Amino acid sequence: MAVTDTGQTKVRAKRPSRLFKNMAAKIAAIPMIFTALVVFVGCTLWTIYHSFTRSRLLPAPDKWVGLDNYERLWGENRWLISIENLAIYGLCSLVLSLTIGFVLAALLDRKIRFENTIRTIILYPFALSFVVTGLAWQWILNPELGLQNTVRNIGWESFTFDPLNNADIVIYGVLIAGIWQGSGFVMVLLLAGMRGIDEDVWKASRVEGIPAWKTYIFIVIPMMRPVFVTALVIISAGIIKVYDLVVAQTSGGPGIASEVPAKYVIEKMFQAQNLGLGFAASTMMLLSVLVVLIPWAYLEFGGKKNG
Amino acid sequence: MTYSVEIKQLDLAFGAVKVLQGLDLNVSEGEFLVLLGSSGCGKSTLLNCIAGLLEITDGQIFIKGENVTWAEPSERGIGMVFQSYALYPQMTVKGNLSFGLKNAKIPKNEIEKRVARAAEILQIGPLLDRKPGALSGGQRQRVAIGRALVRDVDVFLFDEPLSNLDAKLRVDLRVELKRLHNQLQNTMIYVTHDQVEAMTLADRIAVMKGGAIMQLGSPDEIYNKPRNLYVADFIGSPSMNFIEGHLEGGRFKVDDMVMPMDGYAFAAPQTADRPATIGIRPEHVVTGELVPNAPLQFAVDVDLVEPMGSDTLVYAKLGQHPFRIRMDGQASVKVGETISIGVDPSRASLFDTATEDRL
Amino acid sequence: MVDATVNALSGPRGPKPKKALSSTNIIIYGTLFVVCMYYLLPLYVMIVTSLKGMPEVRLGNIFGPPVEVTFQPWVKAWSEACTGINCEGLSRGFWNSVWILVPSVIISIAIASVSGYALANWRFKGSEVFFTILIFGAFIPYQVMIYPIVILLRESGEGITAVLKAFNPMLEAMGFEGFKTFRLMGSLSGLVIVHTIFGMPILTLLFRNYFTSVPEELFKAARVDGAGFWGIYFRIMLPMSLPIFVVAMILQITGIWNDFLFGVIYTKPETYPMTVQLNNIVNSVQGVKEYNVNMAATLLTGLVPLVIYFASGKLFVRGIAAGAVKG
Repeated sequence: MAVTDTGQTKVRAKRPSRLFKNMAAKIAAIPMIFTALVVFVGCTLWTIYHSFTRSRLLPAPDKWVGLDNYERLWGENRWLISIENLAIYGLCSLVLSLTIGFVLAALLDRKIRFENTIRTIILYPFALSFVVTGLAWQWILNPELGLQNTVRNIGWESFTFDPLNNADIVIYGVLIAGIWQGSGFVMVLLLAGMRGIDEDVWKASRVEGIPAWKTYIFIVIPMMRPVFVTALVIISAGIIKVYDLVVAQTSGGPGIASEVPAKYVIEKMFQAQNLGLGFAASTMMLLSVLVVLIPWAYLEFGGKKNG
Repeated sequence: MTYSVEIKQLDLAFGAVKVLQGLDLNVSEGEFLVLLGSSGCGKSTLLNCIAGLLEITDGQIFIKGENVTWAEPSERGIGMVFQSYALYPQMTVKGNLSFGLKNAKIPKNEIEKRVARAAEILQIGPLLDRKPGALSGGQRQRVAIGRALVRDVDVFLFDEPLSNLDAKLRVDLRVELKRLHNQLQNTMIYVTHDQVEAMTLADRIAVMKGGAIMQLGSPDEIYNKPRNLYVADFIGSPSMNFIEGHLEGGRFKVDDMVMPMDGYAFAAPQTADRPATIGIRPEHVVTGELVPNAPLQFAVDVDLVEPMGSDTLVYAKLGQHPFRIRMDGQASVKVGETISIGVDPSRASLFDTATEDRL
Repeated sequence: MVDATVNALSGPRGPKPKKALSSTNIIIYGTLFVVCMYYLLPLYVMIVTSLKGMPEVRLGNIFGPPVEVTFQPWVKAWSEACTGINCEGLSRGFWNSVWILVPSVIISIAIASVSGYALANWRFKGSEVFFTILIFGAFIPYQVMIYPIVILLRESGEGITAVLKAFNPMLEAMGFEGFKTFRLMGSLSGLVIVHTIFGMPILTLLFRNYFTSVPEELFKAARVDGAGFWGIYFRIMLPMSLPIFVVAMILQITGIWNDFLFGVIYTKPETYPMTVQLNNIVNSVQGVKEYNVNMAATLLTGLVPLVIYFASGKLFVRGIAAGAVKG
């Protein structure tokens, strides 16, 4: 017994305290903890707080103005146009990229030849930056020398396709470029989800004589629900961040017809020197992300606990 | 005396979930102890606690008399072999064997010597320069054992080491493990869910359930004198027949049948009357010309016959109770037949129906 | 009896004949061909435009191949194109991007892989909470965090300067040159920090998921063998996870090279990355628009990610899928 007693005290003296347990791991995680707490939480709260202050050129934390900035924001035509553009762009790009992505994925899923080549072609725009994408489409949609003129030269004299100079449809011009850049990515996501479906489902539907398109619509799509949700969340998060595409392709023009919230925020903060308004606008952006994110997180993680 | 491994009042909880509770276990020097149980019983958890891979909530662990409760796994004087072999894929066999020794800053020539010895014992000499990817399952597991061997430790921990191998290889390696234990004579703690491995390898078996040890004893005790219904049901394949009835005046009564328990070794001399369950192993039932010699004789109706080559398993009805009988492979029994069987009460087990403990 | 035999021999037998041109196949391949054309068109237009002289561009047939191939627009885009008063071409932006890219990729991957490894194998109290915050942070629009980060960079730059300058009297007394003012805001190092921060969620997730998929027993075996946190990371985990490092590198190289927003905000004209400089060249309001030079500049900027993309093939797909679909 004496042996065990001494053994015990010897080791007990060695027991590391809770704080120092796993010390190396904790030290290694400091950058992550810093990013999570200081940058993501801290900076977000900082911005939200300052959106209620009269910050102009410099942050003015002591000049509390309540909802003033928000009232001015929603009274400003430029912001309203930004929101309208974002809504049109967002809705169309969600619907189009999911539809195009799904159709392409289904076509590629049909055990076709040259699958890799075709996928490589469809996905390559995703490797390019929005700036490059915007500039390329700016050139193609150039009314004097681009697509419109080329078609007219062929002989279709009345052909008119000039979205970038038409305030009413300019956002669709941006949309074409956005879809071109991002739909390949959606396709890859959905194709991966499709390939994850049990091969036996296809065998069963073949034995029962169900045509392929029906199998896709009634069996495959419902089974791919989680993948669709993931794609939806990712596309939405991307849509709200749309900035460089507009800057490169239209610079927000003609006039302010293709402004978007992300661009509005940057300009208020760094050019118009109206920080308070910029903070309020960015807080609105955060709010719109949360509207998408919270239900998703609830479904994704809240559901798991119950099930 | 100093035990090789000594566990005192071990508690382990993950949050509110108590996985192990007040567990005591002593393992003698040179003993081969098997921790047996179905998945989730805490056997691997206990092994991981001994290895120091899991931090325990309360209690103490001693290895060779030294308190290692808070020691690092590498400081405990143990070697461990895992189910998935856990060989470092980017290192050669030699690299795998010497990795731990290099970490312990053991001189180079000593490392060479130990690796050579382990390679010789396990006959993996020709494989030393290969990567694990180029080895078969059996060879990989040998290397994994070698990795424990070179550490020159007194306690070997095995976590289901044969489960990933195919059936035939498993038998071969089992025999080899037993031979290795005879040769090395060090303490081995071996976790498995396979009762054949447990019965063949163990000096003692600890049957575990729900984080507690149900019974700790030699394979013979576990098989013949299971301490409770759980152990009785878990050990043996096909499993034991159970019939619920009453113990009255030392006789077991069920429906209109009466079985005098002559020759049965009761745990307590005068066991009071109570609801009881009798357990009879299918292989302890005699048939054919042996029946007249048996102390108890019954007639049963045959429901289903499963010929398995070496044996024939007969599903029958004893009264209203389902009853399995293991017969010789050559026995010819037909469905619907009534056959007579013989039972020896001294080989049966009696349990208190309420507490499930052996009477 | 005889009839049955004859029927059996004359009926369908052997492999089913395949129709090479079934109507379904025509539709599928036809559609895919048209789709591929649509995706390839802008690249084609950029290339042919960049190889034409301005007179030919003004003819207004953007799809026509160049009658006279000239590389002059490329030369001009690289070394002569103007942004404002500066006429050094895109080359400066290219080198700025390289100097941003290399340290950003190395540092962000180093930090994220260690964080992911700690999260997968050395969980400590609260580690999962921090990780969850990190992942949710990935969805916060950058615009929300951009301004406070400007302040953080400026203040820490000043703090570091103060610390360094405290040594100056001593250094000067010893005959060395003293430290100069150190800036994080507006400098390449500041941008490197920003890229490291915003690359962290996706990379940490990537590495955490990968290291979690490594059998836990391997990790346990290494602990029994006496290896510690860094020992296991460098000796066991790192050598067996090279593919995931390549995936992370592809992800980071394309992401950082293509960045525009952070480049605009956190650098100044001398340190603008290539994308920002490209935009300034093409969208500058001064002078005559040289579309061929613009397209050459655009292609030059897109070249690095395109090369990475075509060279990496499946790994790129794996990277974006891994980044997107959570485990």
